[in-house]
Amino acid sequence: MDLFEYQARDMFEAHGVPVLSAEVITDAGDAAAAAERIGANSGGVVVVKAQVKTGGRGKAGGVKLAKSPEEATAAAEQILGMDIKGHTVNAVMIAQGASIAEEYYFSLLLDRANRTLLAMCSKEGGMEIEQLAVERPEALAKVPVSALTGIDAAKAAEIVEAAGFTEDQDAIAEVLVKLWDVYREEDATLVEVNPLVKTTDGQIIALDGKVSLDENAEFRHPAHAELEDKAATDPLEAKAKELGLNYVKLDGQVGIIGNGAGLVMSTLDVVAYAGEKHGGVKPANFLDIGGGANAKVMANGLDVILNDEQVKAVFVNVFGGITACDEVANGIRGALEILGDSATKPLVVRLDGNNVEKGRAILDELNHPLVTQVDTMDGAADKAAELANA
Amino acid sequence: MTIYLNKDSKIIVQGITGGMGSKHTELMLLAGSNIVGGVNARKAGTTVTLNDQELHVYGTVKEAMDATGADVSVLFVPPAFAKDACVEAIDAGMPLIVVITEGVPVKDTAEVFAYLEGKQTRMIGPNCPGVISPGESLAGITPHTIAGKGPIGLVSKSGTLTYQMMYELRDFGFTTAIGIGGDPVIGTTHIDALEAFENDPDTRAIVMIGEIGGDAEERAAEYIQAHVTKPVVGYVAGFTAPEGKTMGHAGAIVSGSSGTAAAKKEALEAAGVKVGKTPSETAELMRQILQGHGA
Repeated sequence: MDLFEYQARDMFEAHGVPVLSAEVITDAGDAAAAAERIGANSGGVVVVKAQVKTGGRGKAGGVKLAKSPEEATAAAEQILGMDIKGHTVNAVMIAQGASIAEEYYFSLLLDRANRTLLAMCSKEGGMEIEQLAVERPEALAKVPVSALTGIDAAKAAEIVEAAGFTEDQDAIAEVLVKLWDVYREEDATLVEVNPLVKTTDGQIIALDGKVSLDENAEFRHPAHAELEDKAATDPLEAKAKELGLNYVKLDGQVGIIGNGAGLVMSTLDVVAYAGEKHGGVKPANFLDIGGGANAKVMANGLDVILNDEQVKAVFVNVFGGITACDEVANGIRGALEILGDSATKPLVVRLDGNNVEKGRAILDELNHPLVTQVDTMDGAADKAAELANA
Repeated sequence: MTIYLNKDSKIIVQGITGGMGSKHTELMLLAGSNIVGGVNARKAGTTVTLNDQELHVYGTVKEAMDATGADVSVLFVPPAFAKDACVEAIDAGMPLIVVITEGVPVKDTAEVFAYLEGKQTRMIGPNCPGVISPGESLAGITPHTIAGKGPIGLVSKSGTLTYQMMYELRDFGFTTAIGIGGDPVIGTTHIDALEAFENDPDTRAIVMIGEIGGDAEERAAEYIQAHVTKPVVGYVAGFTAPEGKTMGHAGAIVSGSSGTAAAKKEALEAAGVKVGKTPSETAELMRQILQGHGA
């Protein structure tokens, strides 16, 4: 889960990382009062920043300097509702203005390839880091960090030196150690500060931050649930999550249910290929019902998919591994009973693997008008695409 | 021969008394695995009877190893306890640990991986179906009835695609099929398995299954080009996955322009690997190789 800048800022503050004071508002009518409070220590100067989970806000006009509460209101009015790379701005952060002397870069992330953590640090912050890495790779220090020992004072000093800092080393190193606390204690997979700035009065401050959290670690962090951006969550995805289903909404006409993440991903691909011959229909979703495809789980899955108005046909693709195909077939039968008349779209079912003959026999016997059985994955994908294009 | 696991492997189960642990220990016994006991600190000294076989429950991995000579541990412990269970097995000097558990925080896995450095333990997983050497032994949850012994080595990030591919090629059979898991950090990689299959005289050809996320497939492609002489057939899942969405597996995510299925397919093909568009087309490519038409 990626956080908004203001959420990252609050998290930084909670772990002692120096940040500027700020408030977040969703109504431009609150901007003036927030600007008065926040600007009190910066000569009335504040920065109004769009809160969207994408880069390039500045270029898109989503960051504006305001020298008075009136200017802050005007800026908030302009920015709220703006579209930045497909993200609608629903909130702005009113942050204290700062007089910046220098801009640096720091990030700590999971290095999948090397199965360790990696710190990246540069004296040249502010710009997009991908751009810096390409244009001036020598200016970006990359220092491996052990997941066991993290960033202690010595490691922080090593990073600061690798980045070529010749002054303020201790102050910067101290901030890096605190950012490690954020990474470790919050179960992050990314902590990025860009820019990390030095103000004209010599303070080191995390001016803008990006944090990604590990969803597998949610059981250790019940409070993280509140950080979720519910407004941006697709309603079907929200419903599926409530039902404990692993569902991702896509833009297509063929609903997909399968067991196992890899097989479901593969099913989406096979349906997309089949769709090329059938009017360009596409998979409508990813839905992994996991190993235990019983009637309840199957009914919940079908319920979510049948509520997707774009869906014209559904492809149930199950390989009976641990779960036997007769159990899955009974699951489909039970699901159709549970759903009754609310099941209105054709279902193409492909069963293979453990107890396949029994499973297919159950569906043959059911002889349900909506259900078509096809024996192969490719053949079933073709049939589902054809029905979705009818 | 097989890789990592054979009929002589002595297996213990960490979490043998839990629901998943007992169910799959039973299935492993049915597959012919030599299960020599289990571990649960709170039930030390008791026994469990699974598939008519009485198995001792030991308090620690060390005790279990001392008593039984176990050389493989399969872990069915909940995510919150997976790290400690791995560390315990590593400290006991267990040669192979197979971590089935899904949902382990990536920081915990990264810590375990760092802890493995300089130790003699190999870790497979987490979030994986484990290893099967058909006709010999099963350490994990792969159904043993899908396919028998044969000349193919299989390595896959995905469990169900492993089963699907074994099923498609069940008339040929497998030396060993290994599911390495779909998490961002895993103990055993495609490259590790490719190396082991290359060195296994009974493996004639290799199927490698990848999916979106990370660059493990690209690195495997480089490795194949430099070190693998046996024919390799590949499959990559997730061409239609949108950017920034996790597709079931914690590691299956396209970030920006990196981790795409297209890039992985291209890298594998550049290394001389034949890549199928679908699982059945991939199986067909392997079939041609084994029948002497495609190599």
